[in-house]
Amino acid sequence: MRHPVLHWLLRLPRHTAFLAVTGGAILLALPFVAMLGGQAWVRILDLAILYVFLALGLNIVVGFAGLLDLGYIAFYAVGAYTWALLASPHFGLHLPFWVILPIGALLACLFGVLLGAPTLRLRGDYLAIVTLGFGEIIRIFLNNLNAPVNITNGPQGITLIDPVKLGAFSFSSRTEIFGYTLTGPQKYYFLLLALCVLVVIINYRLQHSRIGRAWQAIREDEVAAKAVGINTRNMKLLAFAMGASFGGIAGGIYAAMQGFVSPESFSLIESIMVLAMVVLGGMGHIPGVILGAVLLAILPEALRFGVVPMQQALFGKVLVDPESLRMLIFGLALVLVMRFRPQGLWPSPERKRELLAGREGRA
Amino acid sequence: METFLQQLINGIVQGSMYALVALGYTMVYGIMGLINFAHGEVVMIGTMVAITVLGLLAALGVPMGLAAVLALLAAMLACMGLGWSLERIAYRPLRNAPRLTPLITAIGMSIILQNLAMMIWSRNYLSFPPIIEKVSYEVAGAHFSNVQVLIVVLAALSMAGLLLLIYRTRLGMAMRATSQNLPVARLMGVNVNRVIAAAFIIGSAMGALAGFMVGAYYEIAHYQMGFMLGLKAFTAAVLGGIGNLGGAMLGGLLLGIIEALGAGYIGDLTGGFLGSHYQDIFAFVVLIGVLMFRPSGLFGEKTGERA
Repeated sequence: MRHPVLHWLLRLPRHTAFLAVTGGAILLALPFVAMLGGQAWVRILDLAILYVFLALGLNIVVGFAGLLDLGYIAFYAVGAYTWALLASPHFGLHLPFWVILPIGALLACLFGVLLGAPTLRLRGDYLAIVTLGFGEIIRIFLNNLNAPVNITNGPQGITLIDPVKLGAFSFSSRTEIFGYTLTGPQKYYFLLLALCVLVVIINYRLQHSRIGRAWQAIREDEVAAKAVGINTRNMKLLAFAMGASFGGIAGGIYAAMQGFVSPESFSLIESIMVLAMVVLGGMGHIPGVILGAVLLAILPEALRFGVVPMQQALFGKVLVDPESLRMLIFGLALVLVMRFRPQGLWPSPERKRELLAGREGRA
Repeated sequence: METFLQQLINGIVQGSMYALVALGYTMVYGIMGLINFAHGEVVMIGTMVAITVLGLLAALGVPMGLAAVLALLAAMLACMGLGWSLERIAYRPLRNAPRLTPLITAIGMSIILQNLAMMIWSRNYLSFPPIIEKVSYEVAGAHFSNVQVLIVVLAALSMAGLLLLIYRTRLGMAMRATSQNLPVARLMGVNVNRVIAAAFIIGSAMGALAGFMVGAYYEIAHYQMGFMLGLKAFTAAVLGGIGNLGGAMLGGLLLGIIEALGAGYIGDLTGGFLGSHYQDIFAFVVLIGVLMFRPSGLFGEKTGERA
């Protein structure tokens, strides 16, 4: 009797099984390799996975259902602040994570419906600007709800947030396992990776379910979707709610991991960043979205380490402020990728075919 | 009553600047269906160029009035060039790309322009030299200055000029035709590429004028100032019904007035619970409210079910 996982692997086509095994091994080894470059790189990896999480959540709204959302980070903020308020000395509450995480997800979900309900009639760019406004409203409230009653502690943010704890096992401290010291960020990496795998599976199952097909129908033609009996209102609300709850969960873990949240982390540029990940990777295509998120999360950080030595090698001294140079290269990368791969770096095969067909049809 | 009048005046001044910027968004959107996120940055660069030119001319001993006119012209020229190159380099190759692609390009260009500006003009706040000697007037307890009058008059004149251009010239006719239906306009012999370039150039010139006004009004400039200004102006354009010139003007004015009145009264209305630092949410709350009842803005044409 073979182990079921082994059985599953053996039934896959050979190259897929090979990819799954090597990919898995690389993912498991990654935090230890990154550790050689220092703790900072492990943190970057953690954030990259968190962005994958966020991008997959937004992909449900933008990629699957075709609703352009420019305020997605608001749900991330709701999740993060839920955690921060329920598990920090700010209110003196220290609830365990399996209580807070569902609350955060539910609250974010509620906000998703709250945003979705008044926007059902809006299309395209009108929807985009309303979601953008919604995101800004949430941020402004977080920034100002410190008076007259101090709820969010204003621009200073909330500090000393509890880490994720499973019983006595805290994710933020070091532990010895098999003679090797696991650091906090490394442990978070494995937690995030496990959650992320779960989210990827959920996303695949969603995409090929009845719901996923309904979303796709709405994306392609809302009137036709309605005509064949899809409840477009509920389906659109469901997309907002699901995307939002993923954002909420990611936000909660972000708060616990950083131990600190402030409104500054939830500005419009973050929403735009997550959208850029989805579009750059290949909208609606899960592997593409993951690729986009990882690239855009790591690229600015890699540039942070790269631009100073690069300038020194080229000119012998630091000519340009590294911070602005790094963002300049980042902007340039966005423009160039869109110029040469307008459908994204890794679009889904069907989408690519449609685009090509569409272009010939128009010409 | 005094507060009301005072805030109304402030709102009209702020609103005419929003309106000028909103025109840039709405013209490009009306023709290409593209949200040009980099437009706010174009406005910011207009302010920066004006500051640099004013500084140079002042050092040469040119009288202030002449220097201000020259600086405004320089800013407009620089922005027109910038707008044209944006279209030529970044957006034209993406005419047939999926809808969200040019949006990401616009965001990329916005990041690039902001950081270029930071490299050139530093990350500090720059002060905008006073262009005319400030004179204050008082009517019924409300104060306003000659700078404010100048801003409103200039904005009104340039908008009237734009309307003449759009509704009385051949280029304007071509632009209206293209915005109605691009492929058909092309079939009728309209040089669509020229029309789109013109929309970018005219929009950028209006943006530069707005940037100059913002600088002269607040007497301060910063490389990140374009972002929020652009966002508000875009909101104004959507409020009026995006793609509609009159809508953008009225939307801008309305937004400015609502913001100013809201900031003046929110404390009284909520019993001191919410203060004037909530000013920024008015724009968005009003926008969401309006779009709930009129999904294509106040003056927007009703789009068909198949958008």
